[in-house]
Amino acid sequence: MRPSRLHIPKHHSRPGEKPDFSYLELSPAGTVARPDINTRVRDMNGLAFELVRVIDEQHRAVGPWNPHLDPSDLQVALRHMVLTRAFDERMQRMQRAGKISFYMRSLGEEAVAVAQGMALRPTDMLFPSYRQQGLYVVRGRPVLDLMCQLLSNTRDMCKGRQLPVMYHWRDGNIFSISGNLTTQFPQAVGWAMAAAIKGTDDIAASWIGEGSSAEADFHHAMLFASVYRAPAILNIVNNQWAISTFQGFAGGEHRTFAARGPGFGMAGLRVDGNDFLAVYAVTQWAAERARQGFGPTLIEHVTYRGAAHSTSDDPARYRPKDDYENWPLGDPIERLKGHLIGLGEWSEERHAELAREMDQRVQASWKEATTYGTLTEPPRLDPRLMFEDVFKEMPEHLKKQAAELRAELAGK
Amino acid sequence: MAQMNMIQALNSAMDIMLGRDHSVVVLGEDVGFFGGVFRVTDGLQRKYGEHRVLDTPIAEGGIVAAAIGMGVNGLRPVAEIQFADYIYPAYDQIVSELARLRYRSAGEFFAPVTIRTPCGGGIRGGQTHSQSPEGVFAHVSGLKVVMPSNPYDAKGLLISAIEDDDPVIFFEPKRIYNGPFDGDPNKPAVPWSTHPKGDVPEGHYTVPIGKCEVVRAGADVTVVTYGTMVHVCEAAARAAGIDAEIVDVRTMVPLDVETLVTSVRKTGRCVIVHEATRFGGYGGELSATIQEECFWHLQAPILRVCGWDTPYPHAFEWEYFPGQARVATALRAVMEAA
Ligand SMILES: Cc1ncc(C[n+]2csc(CCOP(=O)(O)OP(=O)(O)O)c2C)c(N)n1
Ligand SMILES: [Mg+2]
Repeated sequence: MRPSRLHIPKHHSRPGEKPDFSYLELSPAGTVARPDINTRVRDMNGLAFELVRVIDEQHRAVGPWNPHLDPSDLQVALRHMVLTRAFDERMQRMQRAGKISFYMRSLGEEAVAVAQGMALRPTDMLFPSYRQQGLYVVRGRPVLDLMCQLLSNTRDMCKGRQLPVMYHWRDGNIFSISGNLTTQFPQAVGWAMAAAIKGTDDIAASWIGEGSSAEADFHHAMLFASVYRAPAILNIVNNQWAISTFQGFAGGEHRTFAARGPGFGMAGLRVDGNDFLAVYAVTQWAAERARQGFGPTLIEHVTYRGAAHSTSDDPARYRPKDDYENWPLGDPIERLKGHLIGLGEWSEERHAELAREMDQRVQASWKEATTYGTLTEPPRLDPRLMFEDVFKEMPEHLKKQAAELRAELAGK
Repeated sequence: MAQMNMIQALNSAMDIMLGRDHSVVVLGEDVGFFGGVFRVTDGLQRKYGEHRVLDTPIAEGGIVAAAIGMGVNGLRPVAEIQFADYIYPAYDQIVSELARLRYRSAGEFFAPVTIRTPCGGGIRGGQTHSQSPEGVFAHVSGLKVVMPSNPYDAKGLLISAIEDDDPVIFFEPKRIYNGPFDGDPNKPAVPWSTHPKGDVPEGHYTVPIGKCEVVRAGADVTVVTYGTMVHVCEAAARAAGIDAEIVDVRTMVPLDVETLVTSVRKTGRCVIVHEATRFGGYGGELSATIQEECFWHLQAPILRVCGWDTPYPHAFEWEYFPGQARVATALRAVMEAA
């Protein structure tokens, strides 16, 4: 008899090796069928294994998932993605310059947040992770406000209490981002259950990384959503990496993440996350399905984390330097741009102009943001704010501690 | 002897134990190929293989539960929780299972699990990279709880923890991984090579669990503290010109009451300092125990200096952190009383 032996998920390529994405199962654009939104889960299990793609190699939109969007909408989408990237790039540099303490980019994943944000209604509630800044851009929150949060300055929406990128926006229906992974996933389901209890047709959407799908909260979300048929869209952004660990360590080695949908009796869809049109189309499909009471959908977005995990991370230690360049699904901005140019609705010149415009907007916003203070330069928030909002009303022991702090600071 | 920072000392402890004892395994998020986000497990997978140094899925509850199962099956797991702030998904496995397994099975089952986890603030990490939850675990019967304040103790205590048949929650104050920190963020960083406890034997040795250490003898007041705050208190006492006796608790559970009592009976005054929040915190336990044993020797009420009872705020890190000024205020207050 052969003794059992532990299986260790295989990394496809490590530093110094040739990038190898042969493990990825891809479907050609336009080949995946689009079922009606009321289709029973058992009749569309295949969607969890194929890959919905719309933009083909010649930049054309093909197949049943083509959402047939107006070119003007696509131009708006491009604007949002270019702004998101310009914002990310500059904030990364500001962190390097010591102006902010921490940052996380969404490089290469911009289509996920932007397409989904656009496909949902403004009244739908969003429960993002830290890598969907595009949602804020789509819903119209000025980057100035995001910068003020990053700077923990006097206009910081979090009043200095949160690490950079942990935004929230109640009026924009975007939930407070948690540093603790996956907690938002079952909360989104609860929000969706409440929408159904109250009898509204709003839905909830939530995002986690593929690595985060390992947490028990993933299971809670899936089970509650499935049991109660909650009107929710649960997104796994499979960008292949969770800090240094490859998606195989989250269970992606032998099975797609989307396949967990049918496993829970829930629709599961796998989509090319770098294809704006495909992400838009599947989101629209899942949203209609949820809104009309046919239940939740799990969407796996196949994409790539183009940047380091965060400004505290150095990916050269665990993946080939040219991994991203060899990613077979390309760049989401380049692909939508190519499609629009193919339609005769865009040009390289207009694109360069757009990039310049967005960059200038980001720069101007940054200049303004810093006039409201930085972590190290005045004006500063009143430290007493740290004692507020622990409770609705400040209890005696916190009042006492606030007074002690005042005396401590006065003594300096 | 070698010069080591805390990261190297902890790494050396695991290296030695992996080498000496084939039942030792190391597991956690990013600990294998990458060597840990703080590099504490750097090189261990290369040396001992993927079957003894395991990268895990991002599931703290799963990590601890699997460690318990491995422990029951004869292994000696050293699990890393990437930040103490992320230990809560494992809380049920730690409190209901790990802590009570020996008790509920009348000694037939146990799991000799060590859980290492970086704790504490001072790194601009905001509320989810700065917490000090030692009190939450010290409150649970059946867990040993440890927090070293220097490389020498870190290595010796970690070896003791791994060799211990009881579960140990091992907190690593991340602010002092690379050097002692006196609480002043504007001063240039100081490496461990400047500190006597940065001298660490290369081989196997232990620092016993359950023993405090008097790190500075003094006559005026006993300062009971641990972790990063040991260094803050030393600097605060020096600056205030107070002859403080500073006791590094090192082990929250089991507590070395005798060393504390001997010191407080001698000085007649006591200030307790920790970075964790005050209300219901471990300082309350220290204060009550010392009061019970030393009441007739005390010349002033025992004071506590702690983090405020709020989540750890990003922008107000240094207003939150119990720095030298707050410690010195308490030292003066106990000196002026009576
Ligand atoms: C409960 C918890 N455990 C661990 C961490 C530390 N951590 C932060 S991000 C991360 C990796 C997440 O990877 P993934 O879910 O794939 O998202 P991505 O960063 O790729 O977008 C880890 C381990 C955390 N924030 N919370
Ligand atoms: Mg990921």
